[in-house]
Amino acid sequence: MLKVLFFARVREELGCAGLDLAWGENVASLDALQAQLCRDGGRRWQHVLAQPNMIRAVNQVVASGNATLSDGDEVAFFPPVTGG
Amino acid sequence: MPALPALAVCVQSADFDVAELQRQLLAGAAQEGAVASFTGYVRGAGAAGAIHSMELEHYPGMTERSIRDILEQAARRWPLLAASVVHRVGRLAAGDQIVWVGVASAHREAAFSACEFIMDYLKHEAPFWKKEEGPQGARWVEAYCGDRERAARWDVDAEGIT
Repeated sequence: MLKVLFFARVREELGCAGLDLAWGENVASLDALQAQLCRDGGRRWQHVLAQPNMIRAVNQVVASGNATLSDGDEVAFFPPVTGG
Repeated sequence: MPALPALAVCVQSADFDVAELQRQLLAGAAQEGAVASFTGYVRGAGAAGAIHSMELEHYPGMTERSIRDILEQAARRWPLLAASVVHRVGRLAAGDQIVWVGVASAHREAAFSACEFIMDYLKHEAPFWKKEEGPQGARWVEAYCGDRERAARWDVDAEGIT
């Protein structure tokens, strides 16, 4: 199982805070997972997840580029951070 | 081997007492010579005009982890005795305290520098998001590219030291 989380503007635009997805070859990397979410979610998800400044994290560490995903991983999609 | 610095991270919705936080910081640093601290407040105006309140969202788990990582980076760069970050989440009003960074060291230079480094990296790396609410409605705050530049200049400084 993969745990997928969405935060802030991304969460609002998708209308989804998170979902669980069965792990498999179709979601064995970040790019593959993103493509699968777009296939499942349709045009709105394609549009939201394609935003150029999207940050992706695997197991609470920001990923630069693609990354391999394993069963049990936690993946998050979020916009640039604005704390402090 | 010098004792490891006492590092503390707290993400909370409750307000905080700066004097009490500084006392706690000193309790973890027996031979301090200097404390530098920073307190951030909710501004009453943003890019789109007046703000009466804001909602601060975060990524539970990753937030604490990324701030601790920043504190550990600071402790590797400067001889720190203690460093703490308290960051609030949830609904805040204009004028409310948002964040406190406190650093104890034997000398002021390390305390000043580490405090600024921690704040610069926190703004650039810790997963918090602000949604401002004012007369015009609610809007997500956009990341400010100057924050990225402020964080990046520490990399340049590091290259200069080595």
